[in-house]
Amino acid sequence: MEKTISVNLKVWRQRGPKEKGGFKTYRVENVSTGSSFLEMLDMLNQQLVDRGEEPVVFDNDCREGICGMCSLYINGHPHGPVQGITTCQLHMRKFRDNETITIEPWRSAAFPVIRDLMVNRNAFDQIQQAGGYVSFNTGSAPDANATPISKEIADEAMDSATCIGCGACVAACKNGSAMLFVSAKVSQFALLPQGQVERARRARAMVKKMDELGFGNCTNTGACASECPKNISLSNIARLNREFLKAKFKD
Amino acid sequence: MSEKMIDSTSIMPQYAVMDQANLPENKIDSKIPEGPVAEKWTNYKAHQKLVNPANKRNLDIIVVGTGLAGASAASTLGEMGFNVLNFCIQDSPRRAHSIAAQGGINAAKNYQNDGDSVYRLFYDTVKGGDFRSREANVYRLAEVSNNIIDQCVQQGVPFAREYGGTLANRSFGGAQVSRTFYAKGQTGQQLLLGAYSSLNRQIDKGTVKSFNRREMLDLVIIDGRARGIIVRNLINGKIERYAAHAVVLATGGYGRTFFLSTNAMGCNGSAAVQVFKKGAYLSNICFTQIHPTCIPRHGEDQSKLTLMSESLRNDGRIWVPKKKEDAEAIRAGKKKPTDIPDEDRDFYLERRYPAFGNLCPRDIASRAAKERCDAGYGVGTGNAVYLDFKYAIQRLGEDAVRDRYGNLFEMYEMISDDNPYKTPMMIFPASHYTMGGIWVDYELQTSIKGLFAIGECNFSDHGANRLGASALMQGLADGYFVLPYTMQNYLSDQIKVPRFSTDAPEFEKAEADVRARIDRLMNIKGTKSPDQIHKKLGNYVWDLVGMGRTLDSLVEALKHIDEVRKEFYSDLRIVGSADDLNTELEKALRLEDFLVMAKMMAIDALHRNESCGAHFREEYQTEDGEAKRNDKDYMYVSCWKYAGDDEKPILLKEPLKYEAIEVQTRNYKS
Repeated sequence: MEKTISVNLKVWRQRGPKEKGGFKTYRVENVSTGSSFLEMLDMLNQQLVDRGEEPVVFDNDCREGICGMCSLYINGHPHGPVQGITTCQLHMRKFRDNETITIEPWRSAAFPVIRDLMVNRNAFDQIQQAGGYVSFNTGSAPDANATPISKEIADEAMDSATCIGCGACVAACKNGSAMLFVSAKVSQFALLPQGQVERARRARAMVKKMDELGFGNCTNTGACASECPKNISLSNIARLNREFLKAKFKD
Repeated sequence: MSEKMIDSTSIMPQYAVMDQANLPENKIDSKIPEGPVAEKWTNYKAHQKLVNPANKRNLDIIVVGTGLAGASAASTLGEMGFNVLNFCIQDSPRRAHSIAAQGGINAAKNYQNDGDSVYRLFYDTVKGGDFRSREANVYRLAEVSNNIIDQCVQQGVPFAREYGGTLANRSFGGAQVSRTFYAKGQTGQQLLLGAYSSLNRQIDKGTVKSFNRREMLDLVIIDGRARGIIVRNLINGKIERYAAHAVVLATGGYGRTFFLSTNAMGCNGSAAVQVFKKGAYLSNICFTQIHPTCIPRHGEDQSKLTLMSESLRNDGRIWVPKKKEDAEAIRAGKKKPTDIPDEDRDFYLERRYPAFGNLCPRDIASRAAKERCDAGYGVGTGNAVYLDFKYAIQRLGEDAVRDRYGNLFEMYEMISDDNPYKTPMMIFPASHYTMGGIWVDYELQTSIKGLFAIGECNFSDHGANRLGASALMQGLADGYFVLPYTMQNYLSDQIKVPRFSTDAPEFEKAEADVRARIDRLMNIKGTKSPDQIHKKLGNYVWDLVGMGRTLDSLVEALKHIDEVRKEFYSDLRIVGSADDLNTELEKALRLEDFLVMAKMMAIDALHRNESCGAHFREEYQTEDGEAKRNDKDYMYVSCWKYAGDDEKPILLKEPLKYEAIEVQTRNYKS
C-alpha cells in the first residue's frame, strides 16, 4: 500500500518572456507516494485555484512519457533526479517526507519562457523542417519488403528515432547545444537505405538551421545523453560530426 | 423485464424517430458507389472529379489536428499543391496523442504467409465491430492498408525486422493471422513522426502553414458550406479567424468524457460538439471502447490511466484466483499472486473463449474482467486482474520477453513499483477510444457541405468495437489515401470561388458567439474548478454509461449529467483572465462540450435496445453472458441531429447493408 507525504515546493513563476521571474514557495500535503509528480502539481494548482490564485502553468499532455510535452527542471535535473524517464513518469515515492523540491523551466536562450514553467520549443520544429525528412510524395513508395534492412540496422535506427523532442538535452547542456536532438534525427536517416539520397544535404541543412537558431556548440561534456529520458546515445553526435564533415567535403 | 417494457421509446418518447426523418433535408445519403464491394473504390477513383494543378494552389484547406489523420492529410494535400492551414493545440504537431499508440498497425500484406488477404482483414474488422460498421468503408480501409506500410517504410519508419531483413509481424486481438507491423511498443510514435516529417517537408516548401497552440472554438458556415474556423490562441488568449474553401476535422475522440482515460490530458470532443451544433450529425456515440489492459487506478488524485499495449496479450496470460478466499487474501495483502498454484488460477479468457483465448477482442476481454471482479474474484483494490508473463518467460526466456516488451515492462514498473518479470502485472479496463463520432459519408464528408472528418473523430470504420492496431491504420488510410482523393470531388466545383475574407458577417457573428460563450463562463464566478466538476461527471459516466449499461442506469445517468450541467453553469470558477494564457479556461471550455458528449452517449445508449460490441446493455445478453444483438431493429447507424441546447436531438438512421459478408453472431469460442 502507498503512504502519503508532504512536500515543500520552490516553483519558478514568470508572467512572460520579457518579465522578471522568481521563486515562490508552496507546501502540498498528503500526497500519495503512488501519485505522479504532475498529479502532485495538479494538487498544488487546485489549492491555488481554491484561493483564487492563478495556477502554475506547465506543459504536459500524454502523461505516459512519449509526447515530449512535459519539461520540468527538478532539483537541478531535467525531468528530475531519476534517469531515463520524463517528468510525467516521475512518481512521488522518489521523494522524502517534508523534502523541499525546486522546480524550474528549461533554461536555454533558444527556448524562451512563455509563462512559469512553460517554454517555447518552436526551434526544434524549425530544425526538422530544414531537412528532417525523406522527400517523396504519398503513394510513390515501393513495396515495403523491396529493400531488406538488417535487424541490427533497423534496431539502431529505432534507438535514434526514439527521441521525443522534449529538449532535456538542451536544458542539460551548459552551452545550450541541440546536438543530441539533431544527431538522433540525422542518424536515423543516415542508417536507413531510404535516407541515403538526401544524406549530405540533410546533415548540412539541419546543422545550419541549428546554428542560426542560437543553440550553443557541443563541447562533449555528455550531460545531454545522461539526462535524456529516452537514453539517446552520444554515439549519435559522433555520427552527426562524421556526416557533417563528409557533407562539407562534398561541397 | 420484457423487451416491450424496456423499450426506451415508450419511456422517453422524445427520443423516438420523429417525422423530421422523412423531410428531404434529413435524408441520409452515404454516397456508397455502385458495384461489388471489392470494386467500389477503384470505380470511385476512376470516375471522381479532380482539380487541376493550377487550380489547386488557389484553393485553401483548413486541417484541424496533427495526429496521424491530420498530419497525413495536411502533408498529402500540400504535396498535391493545395494551400493548407494546419492547426494543433500542442506546442508542436509532433505531440498529438497518436504518438502514444503502442502496439502496432494492421495491414493485409500476408508477409507471414498465414492466409491473410484484403478480404480477411475486411471481414475481421466488420466482425470485430459486431456488424455495425459500413461495409464499403471497411473494405476500402483494408484495401489501402498495404499502401500505408509501403509509405511509412519509405519515410524511414524503423519497423521491427527479422534477421533476414524483412518486416516482422505480431498478432493482435480479434485475428488469427499475424498482420500487425510494429516498432517496439512505440508504433504510434514512429508513424506520427513519419507523418510529421512529411508535414515538415511541406511546411518547408510553404504549401502547409502550421499554427500551434491554437484551439478551434467554432466552425464558420457561409451559404450552407464550411468556410472557416474561429480559434483561440492559447498563448495570449486572442480570438483569431481563418477562412478556407473547405475544413477538415482530425480532432480525435471524446474518451476523456470519463475524466479518467488513457487519452492525453488535452484530448477533447469539442470540435465534434461545435459542428454538431452547426448541423453535423453525431453517430453511434454510445460505442466507446474500454481497453482491457490498463494499469489500475491508485487513488482520488489520479489524473489519467496508462495503457499497457494489447500486444502483451500475445504472451501474457490473464487470470484471477479460482477460489474467492485466495482473492480475499490477496486483497488483504496476506497472499501474493506467486503463492497461488497454477491449478488454483482461473484463466477465464482461455476458459470462456478457447479459440481466441487471451487474444479475444477488447470489448469481450474488458467485460470478462469486469464480470470476474464484480463476482468478487478481483485482486489489488478488487478492481484488477493479473496479466502474467511467468509462462512466456519459461517458454522463451527472460531475454526474449525483454526484447519484445522491455519498454512496456519498464513503464509498468515506474508506475506501479512492481517488477513484472517477477510478479504478474495488475490490469483493469479503462476508457481508451471512441468508435462513435461525427457522421461522414463514403467521401468522409459530414452532413455539412465542405466539412470533412477523418481519423478517430469520425464514426466510420470500427462499428461497435475497434480491433487492436486498427486505429493507426484508419487514421493514416483516411489522411494519406482516402481524403486527398474524395475531397477533390467536392473541390472541383469550387475552383471559381475566390478566397474568403475573414471580415465577412458570418465570421463577425461566429467570433461574437465565441466571445459571448467565454464571457458567460468567466462570469459564473462560482467555487468549483473545471477539474472538480469534470471528475464528478466522469464518475457518473463510468459507473452508469460504462462497460455495462441498463435502462435504469442510463435514465439515472441523464439525470446526473443534467445536475452536473447545472452545477457547471452556476458554480464554475475560472481564475485569471480570458484575454491571456489561461489553462483553467481551456479546461472549462472543453468540459462544457464533454457535458454534451456525456448526454449524447447516454441518449444513444438508451435508444439502442440491444447489446453489440462495446455497447453492453445488461438486459440483452445470452445465457452465458454474451452480447445479444438485435439486427432486425438496430442494424443501422444512429445519426443524431442537433435541435437546440435544451431540446432533444432528432434521431435519423442510416441502414446498414451487408452484401459481401454474411451477418452472423460473433463467436470467438470455436
